[in-house]
This record gives sequence, structure tokens and C-alpha cells, in this order.
Amino acid sequence: MNIDNSLKHTPFHARTAPLVLGATWRRWSGYAVASSYDWLHDREYAAIRNAAALIDVSPLHKYQVSGRDAARLLDRIITRNVMKMQVGQVLYTPWCDARGKVIDDGTVSRLGEQAYRLTSAEPTFRFLQQNAVSLQVQIEETTERLGALALQGPLSRAVLNQVAEQSLDTLRYFRVAGSRIAGVDVEISRTGYTGDLGYEIWVPAAQAMAVWDALMTKGTDYGITPAGIWALDVARIEAGLLMADVDYHSSHRALIEDQQSSPFELSLDWAVNLEKEAFNGKRALKAEKERGIAWRFVGLEVEWDSFEALYKSVNLSAALPMIAWRSSTPVYRQGRQIGYASSGVWSPLLKKYLALAHIRAPHYALDTEVEFEVTVEHRRKRARAWVRKTPFFDPPRKKA
Amino acid sequence: MSHRSDAIIIGGGHNGLVAAAYLARAGKKVQVLERRPVIGGAAVSERIFPGFTFSVFSYVVSLLRPEIIRDLDLPRHGLHILPLESTVTPLPNGDYLAGWGDADLSRRELYRHSPHDADAMIEFGRLMYHMAQAARPLLGTIPPDPTSLSPGDLKGMLRLGRHFRSLGAEKFHALYKLMTMSSADYLDEWFEFGPLKATKSASGIIGTFLGPRSPGSAYVLLHHYMGEIDGAFRAWGFARGGNGSVSQAIAAAAQSFGTQIATQASVKQLLVQGGRATGVVLENGDEYHAPIVISGLDPRRTFLDLVESKELPSEVLDRVRRFRFRGSSGKVNLALSELPQFTCMPGIGPQHRGAFSISPSVEYLERAYDDAKYGEYSRKPYMDIVFPSMIDPNMAPPGKHVASIFVQYVPYHLNGGWTPPKREAFGDAVIDTLAEYAPNLKSAILHRQVLTPLEIEQTLGLSEGNIFQGELALQQLFFLRPAAPWTQYNTPIKGYYQCGSGTHPGGGVMGAGGRNAALKILGELS
Repeated sequence: MNIDNSLKHTPFHARTAPLVLGATWRRWSGYAVASSYDWLHDREYAAIRNAAALIDVSPLHKYQVSGRDAARLLDRIITRNVMKMQVGQVLYTPWCDARGKVIDDGTVSRLGEQAYRLTSAEPTFRFLQQNAVSLQVQIEETTERLGALALQGPLSRAVLNQVAEQSLDTLRYFRVAGSRIAGVDVEISRTGYTGDLGYEIWVPAAQAMAVWDALMTKGTDYGITPAGIWALDVARIEAGLLMADVDYHSSHRALIEDQQSSPFELSLDWAVNLEKEAFNGKRALKAEKERGIAWRFVGLEVEWDSFEALYKSVNLSAALPMIAWRSSTPVYRQGRQIGYASSGVWSPLLKKYLALAHIRAPHYALDTEVEFEVTVEHRRKRARAWVRKTPFFDPPRKKA
Repeated sequence: MSHRSDAIIIGGGHNGLVAAAYLARAGKKVQVLERRPVIGGAAVSERIFPGFTFSVFSYVVSLLRPEIIRDLDLPRHGLHILPLESTVTPLPNGDYLAGWGDADLSRRELYRHSPHDADAMIEFGRLMYHMAQAARPLLGTIPPDPTSLSPGDLKGMLRLGRHFRSLGAEKFHALYKLMTMSSADYLDEWFEFGPLKATKSASGIIGTFLGPRSPGSAYVLLHHYMGEIDGAFRAWGFARGGNGSVSQAIAAAAQSFGTQIATQASVKQLLVQGGRATGVVLENGDEYHAPIVISGLDPRRTFLDLVESKELPSEVLDRVRRFRFRGSSGKVNLALSELPQFTCMPGIGPQHRGAFSISPSVEYLERAYDDAKYGEYSRKPYMDIVFPSMIDPNMAPPGKHVASIFVQYVPYHLNGGWTPPKREAFGDAVIDTLAEYAPNLKSAILHRQVLTPLEIEQTLGLSEGNIFQGELALQQLFFLRPAAPWTQYNTPIKGYYQCGSGTHPGGGVMGAGGRNAALKILGELS
């Protein structure tokens, strides 16, 4: 047996690899994926908001959960109600450990009467197994068997209608349906990580290339553009969507308690159903809610004038982060640190410097004025910023 | 001839040298006396065959305390630790299990064998991080006597109690399990893939006369994890020039502070006057005098060989007599004309820059132990193999290589006793077993050196050839190492101290015993 010491390749690698001009590869769950295809990601980002961007999201962990107790298994894991899901419905959801700390977030799709798919950022096979004790359920990891493409942007539906056997006109937001593209059986869900109109296409790995080719050929007239993670990262911050391992740490990986977050602390209250049957972390979450929530995950908008002034004072013009940063940046109020931003980027669309931040009670109320640390010429300064509602960008077409 | 100093160190092993360096750094005049022509004890590099350098005994650096590296500025004195990142376990079916330095690659490899285990590894790694963190402070602690009411001991127990309480229930329970379970049982709670459990549990048997299913072996596993964990210092590695260069660096640091080191100076006896150590006398009759004498030798030599029995209370003699050594490890060192190629991974590649582990299953290891239990060496032994010349090309002539094969089990007490033909038959068993996985091995061997616990004892003076100066068994750890109540580096004889691996926290090229002893003595002097 020969050793293969490379990162894993997605089913689309043969198509994507020649497009990566600047060797801008990065890791994602052990796979090599493109940060950008062009030298810059500008055009790729623009496609997300203006045309149709094609993003290889195959490294997502994917699990097929089926059998009599499939719903019961998922329902005891996630914080939303699986028992009420209809066939063809998709839920975004976090899931927690017994102490109510988030392990991961992802989606659950009901593909059939007793068939579900879970997507996750972290490996979840063992966790599903551990929770399946005495349940009649089959768990299969399909990460490698399934390729996944996100087709995102205002023209994504038009592109798909050119290639898919069924029209996408009736597929509602967070619904999934089977279809065929280039003779290949696929599932198309109206989901994504951009906060825009968009779809994700789930395709058997062995036939992945045919689907890519069909989309690229028919999509040309609609400006279809392969896009990498840098473009996706800008869009997801504009959409206020959090990223595992960047904006929070899985409680399975966190080394100390301070590194863990509850779903409330991540402002995912809307995705926590405390009325449903027992689920992992329910008791702790109830108690937390009664106790009051110590942190919130909020949007920050950095005020232009104060930001620019910091640069002006050293005779520079403002330096904007065109690639999203993922380091921790302190946030202050009246001189005291009240939290930290975990990702941020200049929004080319909104013309605003945006960040996503963890802010301690009681400073997280909307429009609270805070101070945001900026390093200007090796010196730490503070710009004014406001707590803002997310998503920063929420076009009606997303759900229309 | 008579010599006078502030402190005498008996034995120039790494712990003795560390103690010497710390004392000298504090301004003491220190004399080290080493029986052999080379310093380093079991951490020596020697040219046994022309052109080939071997870490003859200990062969990797995993546990050397970072505070010693810092305090003595060992890099300035020549310590250079090179990475040793991978472990490959060849399997009987022609496949392999590899652990690489990179987490993604390791996960990909393990996933091939067990998706469950690939997931479990994430949480297991985190738990062992916590466990090593929980145990690591104990390494630098002088064990308090739990039965004593002295303020120092009470304070020590209190500090210890606070430390354990601060762990929280979850970590405390995990630590309790590690202290009591067998490594195989402990790993069974986490993993399902046999070769993974076997390779990991092998860390739990090294240097002990325990099988992977023997209770207590999980602690030895943790003991070995503590070095592997300290990523910041990359303390899991290979010393440039072999493990002798660790000793050389410590000796150079000690000498820079004025320590005198004499080799071929075999200490015959401790000189005692009125219950107080006054110096030592060598085999050649030379006398060295100092108010402080520190033995880096193992407890049997320290208490029974160097001291007239009338100087020691009988219960101490009795406890030390019962201190268990039972050497179980051997070593085969090879000079090679070419690298062995493993059937499971043909060719020469990154695998040769890491370790190969012959540990295909827990059953395999347990059977290897069965042989030893009944007084035989393992016909199919556990082996940990590295090719130091692939990490440091200076270890062998260009194009040639050296192999270091750590072997277990090789009982000191062999049925009928060891003879040179038996030793070579044991060497043959090792080579035959390894050649099953790497067929070109036999034709590549230019020279071979076989070391059983008997050779280890005869060459280094380690009783029964135990590489840890006494087993790392629970009843021989912390405030019971080596013999209560003489576990705080002192002895019943005033001015006579101990600092070897036979003291807390035990074996491995760690240096903690030497450092703790020196700090204790300096504390008493101030």
C-alpha cells in the first residue's frame, strides 16, 4: 500500500484545480479547497450578490440518518423540533452537550418518511452513535460519497432552471427536493451560507463532474463564476451567519469553559425550542434562560469617520480589510472591555466595515455605542462602532 | 589523594548532571563522579561500530522538563531537538496504521480504519491534554508525606488537595481511572480499532513488568503522554547527535557553572560519621569529601550497595529490598547498509523519519507479556523502531543507516539465567519478527548489538536492568517512591540525598528528580 500524504480532494477537484491561479489553497476539514480562484476574490464575491456563484462545499460533514427512530435520534440531539418536520423540509440548528454548550451547528433535511440528512462542521459520526443507544436507526457518513455545490446569487434560480429537470420556481426557502441534472439524480435544497437567493446541490461523488460541467456550460449566459472561501466569507458576514471554529468553539474542542458558548450566547434563541421533548442540554438551557444570558453574538458597524480619523492622524488613508479577518479583536465601552469581535470585513456592497462580536450583558442592546480596537501603524487605537441588527444585508429575494 | 567540595554527585547520568548544574548555578562547588569512561548514564551516544553513532540505551527525548531547558539554557550548550512526528504500525494483513504529525492527515488515515475512532481521537486528545496538565504540576513537586503533621507536609497536602479539587469532577474521575485501570481497558472505553488501541497501550507497558491488560498500566500511558503533549517545546523528538547530546548539554551547562566531572571514578562506599555523610571513597581508594552527597543511582545501589547496612534502619532496608525493578526491556542496535523497506509501505519515505511500532493488537502485546510472565523473552515482542540516521544524517556514514529497536518483553530473570548464546537467540527473535514486516532487513545488517536487562545492569549499573530505576507502578509512585518516608530526595543519613529516576517523578529523560533534589537541598541550606 502506498502512502498518500496529500490533503483530500473534493469530487470537483479536477475541475476546480486548473482554475486556481495563485495557489491559494486552504484546508477545510482535511480537504484542499480554493480560497479564491482569481488572484483576487472581488469578482467572485460580486457574482454572489449580482449573478450566480458556484462554490464547492463538499467538505461539509454529511450523515444519512434513517430507520424507524431516525427522527427520535435527531430530535434528542438538536434544539429544534424534528417531530414536526415535513418531508422536504430543512432546518438550520445548533446542538448542545448536556451542559447546554454548543457542540456544532448545521442543517437537518428530511429526505423521506424515515430518512434525514445532517450536515455539520465537525465530525459527528461518533456523537450520533453515542446518542443512538437503544434506538433503531442507521447512521452512515456520506461526506465522501456526496459532493455538494452551493449555487448562490440572484441568478441562481435562472441557471438551475436551465439544467434541472424540475423547475425551481416552487421550491420554497429551506426546502429540499429531488431532481436530475445532466442525467444525474441530485437533491436541490434552497439553502446556503450567503444570505442571498441560493441553492445547494447534493450529488453522488462519482457523477459530480457532469453536474459541474452542466452548470458551468448553461450558466455562462448568466455570469456563473466559481467562487472560493474568501468570497463566501464576505457574504456570510454580511448575512450575520456564524462560523464554527471562528466565531465559536465546539464544546468538544474547547479547552476551558470560557471558550464554550450556549446557543443563547450565540443569539440563536430562535433555533432553541424549550417546549419540545427532552433533548441534549434542555435542562441547562432552561436554567440559563431563567438566569439571564451573559453574552450575545451581535453585529457591529464601525463608524467610518472615527475609523478614517485614526489613519488620517498618521497621514494615511483608511486601510480596509477586503479579506475577512478571523482573529479576536477587543471591544470596549467607556474604556472597559465588554467583549470581542471574532470576524470582520469591509462590505463592498454596503460600503461599511462590519464585524461579528460577542458582547457581554448589558452592552449588547441595539445601537449601543462601543469602541472597536484597530491597529494603525503598530499602535492600538479605538474607533467608534455600534451594535447593529443582523443580517446586515437581507434581500427580499432570499425568501421570495 | 583527597578532594574537597560542597557537594558530591554519585553517577553522571542526566539526573545527576541536572542536580550538579542547579547546585553549581547556586554557587556550590560540585564534584560529579562517574564510573564509566563516558557521562550520561542511560542517555549516551557511543560509536559502537566505526562510523556509526548510537543512542545506545534511551533513544528519544519526550519528557525533558521545559523548565530545565530554560533554567540551564540547554540550547546554548548544544541541545537541539529534532522532530520525530509519525508512528507507523504495520499490520499482519499487509496494511498499516499511521499517525502523522499533521492532524488532518492522521484523521484521514485513522478514518480509513474506523470513522468512530477518528472522531473519538479529537476528544481523547483533549482529555489527555487535561490529564497531562493535571499531572504535570506534580512532576515539579516534592512529594509531601501524607502521614506527617509537619507544616511543610501539611501545606504540601493542602496544595495537592486544592489542585485536585480545581480539576472539577469530570477531570478528576478521568484521572482516577487513569491511575487505576489497565491501559487496554482504558483505551477500550474510547476506541474500537485494535491496532490503534495496541499502539497506544504500548506506551503503558514500556519499562514495566506489566501487560496492557494489567491494572496500573494506564498510568504509565499518561506518564508518556506528558511529553507528547508539550507541543510548545516540541519535547517529543530526537536529540541531534543522539541522546548522549542531552547529557553533554547538561554537563556543559554544569561545567559552565564550575562543576568538576570525573569519569572512571567508581564510588565504592559512602563515608559516614555519626550518622552524617562526609564523602565517598572510590574503588581505587581515592577519597572525596563534602558535607552533601547525592546519589543519582537507583534505590538499591543508593541504600544497599553504597551504605553500610548498620547506618540504616532495618525497615528502610526492608522497603528498599522490596522495591521492584524487574527489568523487562531490551535494545537491539543495528548498523545498516540500507534502510529496511516495509512491505506495508514500500519504498523510502516520510515513514522512515518517524517510529515503527510492532503492536498489531492488544492480544499480541498480552501474549508477548505471557512469555515474560513465565520467565521467557517474547518470541513475538513489542518493538519501537526508529532510524536516527534519517533524522540526523551525522549518525551514520553517507548512504548507511542506524536503527534503534526498543524491545519488550525481555525479563531480567530469564529461566536458567542469561548466557551470550541466549542473548543472541533473543536478538534473532527480534530480527526474525521485524523481517516479517521488512524482508530486506537481514541482508542490510552490517553490525548488531543486543542488549538484555543483564547487559543494561552490567554496563550502566541499573539494578535488574530496569530503565526507570524501578517500576512505575502505583505502589512505587509519588510519596511511596522509592521508600516511605524517604521520598523527598533525602535519606536517613544526614547530608545523603538521592536524585535518580528511582525518586519522584520517575523515569524517562526528564531530569525532574535531579532538579527537585537540588532545589530541596538549596532550600535546606538557605
